[in-house]
Amino acid sequence: MRDLTNEIVEFIRRTSTDLPKDVEERLRAAVEKEAPGSAARGALETILKNVELSRQNSTPICQDTGTPIFYVRYPEGWSTRKLRQMIRDAMEIATQKSYMRPNAVDAIYDKNTGNNLGGDDFPYIHFEEVDADEPLTIELMLKGGGCENVGVQYSLPDNTLGAGRDLAGVRKVVLDAVQKAQGQGCAPGILGVAIGGDRGSSYIKSKEILFGKIGERNPDPEVAALEERLTQEANQLGIGPMGFGGQTTVIDTKITGLHRLPASYFVSVSYMCWAYRRRKMVVKGEEVIYD
Amino acid sequence: MKTIHLPASDEVIRELRVGEPVLLNGVMVTGRDAAHKWMVETFIKKTREPKGDDLQVYEELKKLLNGGIIYHCGPVVSRDENGEYRFLAAGPTTSIREEPYQADVMKHFNVKGVIGKGGMGAKTLKGCQETPGVYLHAIGGAASYIAQSVTKVLGVFKLEFGVPEALWVIEVKDFPAVVTMDSHGGSQHAAIDEASKKVLEELLAKPY
Repeated sequence: MRDLTNEIVEFIRRTSTDLPKDVEERLRAAVEKEAPGSAARGALETILKNVELSRQNSTPICQDTGTPIFYVRYPEGWSTRKLRQMIRDAMEIATQKSYMRPNAVDAIYDKNTGNNLGGDDFPYIHFEEVDADEPLTIELMLKGGGCENVGVQYSLPDNTLGAGRDLAGVRKVVLDAVQKAQGQGCAPGILGVAIGGDRGSSYIKSKEILFGKIGERNPDPEVAALEERLTQEANQLGIGPMGFGGQTTVIDTKITGLHRLPASYFVSVSYMCWAYRRRKMVVKGEEVIYD
Repeated sequence: MKTIHLPASDEVIRELRVGEPVLLNGVMVTGRDAAHKWMVETFIKKTREPKGDDLQVYEELKKLLNGGIIYHCGPVVSRDENGEYRFLAAGPTTSIREEPYQADVMKHFNVKGVIGKGGMGAKTLKGCQETPGVYLHAIGGAASYIAQSVTKVLGVFKLEFGVPEALWVIEVKDFPAVVTMDSHGGSQHAAIDEASKKVLEELLAKPY
């Protein structure tokens, strides 16, 4: 099994410093919707300058390099123990190289480990086995703390919002989440919504769905329509980039469903900031492809 | 665009109004969650005893913050072979977490401005009126861009809090921000929260 530590360091560098094109395109389109000279337009223009500068200088797009969330699909026969070690070693090197900020703080002793490694869960790594003839795929999402803090979970029915256990209720709580977040999650944001599951699986799914491309819709036409509608209605709230007021508050909404207990109906909303850092690397034999 | 030189006087601060973009020049200090908790507990409410270099740092902070600015920021910092620090990425962090502490810190140290993102609440707005001071909004996530306006890292206190949480003393040139809370009780955040709440109510009343 080959050592991929250096390739993973490069992968982390790209994820932290080079915003994916689909996100950048949406941000560019959003500029045109804001009035010339407005604070909202100024914010988006600064954001785009920053995106170019980070790419050019290999410096982090955002100083909060976030929670590193890895999803690894490994061919049958690979050692997850060795892959985990490579990812952890790469994370330490990427931190030394200042692609990542030291971000792992022991919650009980209030101590920053200084190398982005903490216990078994930092970085977060999810493994899944695929057939032996398939390539190794690693996906990485860097999710900042500001947007993570405005994530929220509802247990339906919610009487204050008049939200029942159906898609109409889901619509209400998601709009409430966006209104409560204001600009604090670094709007314009992207919403990951999971319906069902238990509290834990629901939150995890609401993040997992954010690995998808912008504009990818749920295969169910009714859910897909709700995704579109939520983006459009969230933008009617007028919160705007950075909460300065304006036309674009949410760039895209993604909804997925899980099985739930008869007793529970959770709706988990993960808010992703505009610095939507997620990338994929694929290893096919000797070849390493970064998307 | 208006340029503000630090330290700033009360007169300069009182002239600033919500919505005004400014460029900041001079020395400022970064401080976020751990720093605010530490300042309030050790020097303002005095619920914990000063330890280590606490009192020495306090004397330095009194000078730096008088008429000065606190920046809610946890930077990415590099250090070259000569031991010189440099900010590589330095955007604002969410300010509302400092809401329990901010007004007390502003009044205690005579802080004229707080830079962050997302805005702050009623207690800080009152603190802005009393000190007087302003809340300045920087562009969240624009970390590489903002780091370019940090021309020099002059020093660091409390590095044991960790790199993001330490108090970094920095010199800035034309640091861009927008006034979103002023010393006259104006808050853009309160206004947008209110307006969006009304729209939300209308949307919730619509049939599915």
